[in-house]
Amino acid sequence: MLPATDNSAFWLGVRSAAPFILVVVPFAMLFGVVATEAGFTVMETFVFSATVVAGAAQFTALQLMQEQAPTFIVLVSALAVNLRLAMYSAALTPHLGAAPFWTRAFVAYLTVDQSYACSVAAYERHPDWDLRTKLIFFFGSCAPVLPLWMLASLTGAMIGEAIPPEFALDFAVPITFLAIIAPMLRTLAHVAAAFVAVMLALSFAWLPFNLGLLVGGLGGMMTGAQVEVLLERRLKPGGRP
Amino acid sequence: MDTTTIWIVIAGLGIGSFALRFLFLGVIGNRSLPPWILRHLRYTAVAVIPALVAPMVLWPAATGGQFDAPRMAAAFVTLGVGLATKNVLAAIILGALTLYGGLYIAG
Repeated sequence: MLPATDNSAFWLGVRSAAPFILVVVPFAMLFGVVATEAGFTVMETFVFSATVVAGAAQFTALQLMQEQAPTFIVLVSALAVNLRLAMYSAALTPHLGAAPFWTRAFVAYLTVDQSYACSVAAYERHPDWDLRTKLIFFFGSCAPVLPLWMLASLTGAMIGEAIPPEFALDFAVPITFLAIIAPMLRTLAHVAAAFVAVMLALSFAWLPFNLGLLVGGLGGMMTGAQVEVLLERRLKPGGRP
Repeated sequence: MDTTTIWIVIAGLGIGSFALRFLFLGVIGNRSLPPWILRHLRYTAVAVIPALVAPMVLWPAATGGQFDAPRMAAAFVTLGVGLATKNVLAAIILGALTLYGGLYIAG
């Protein structure tokens, strides 16, 4: 169905992303709490969430900084976690690539897991939408998630200092990451990538500068890609090798 | 953690993340990327994040790197619930309950 007005396209976007509020708000508050525990000020925590807008990468950076990893390793590892954003950008380009430069820059800033997932799914359901409708839907899907992400980080940072160590917040990061990753293990290739990454990271944990993480990450990516190729070959034996 | 390092990380990660998001929308446009690069990009999150978490679960910093049963149990419950329900929030809540229960029993 084609939305009758810009307004309805916007609200369609809002509605599609609304369920994510339940995940984003506690996650952002947790980030605020953990960041202040790690020594960030309230201001630093807020600016971090407002400029980077990528929870998993922010948690990665935080963890490595607490382990006293060199700044270069912190940046490389956290950006590696964010490489998926380049994939999202590639997926949005056929739909929104014709927009004016500054609009595309704004879309890029707002490209997160939720806005990407909602928008690409909607564009596939509605191939008749024009650029304007697609853009309005995209911004609609950002509206319930991104302002709350920033506000909840700020709230978490403000209450963070009040939480005593008995709450074992050191383990909030691993639990959150495991909860995010588990639903992503959809195929054998994803499981293989995660398994090899874990084995390599543990085997190379003795390397200096947290390089074991990069060895594990790269090894896992290559494994995932390789298993995907092998599975595809099996499914279509007459296909291209 | 000193303030300079914090701001370097914030700025570097902010600029780097924007660059990754803008890469195709702004720069590459409608030209397509070689399939082998896209294939590797698909597995970044499921490779990097488990590689980051595994040592934290096996050798928690809070216990000085000693194996800790409540933390290990919490990790397995979180992963199991996440796999079974695909529900991020349910996995976090049950994982946290397991951790607190385990820490309580361990005294």
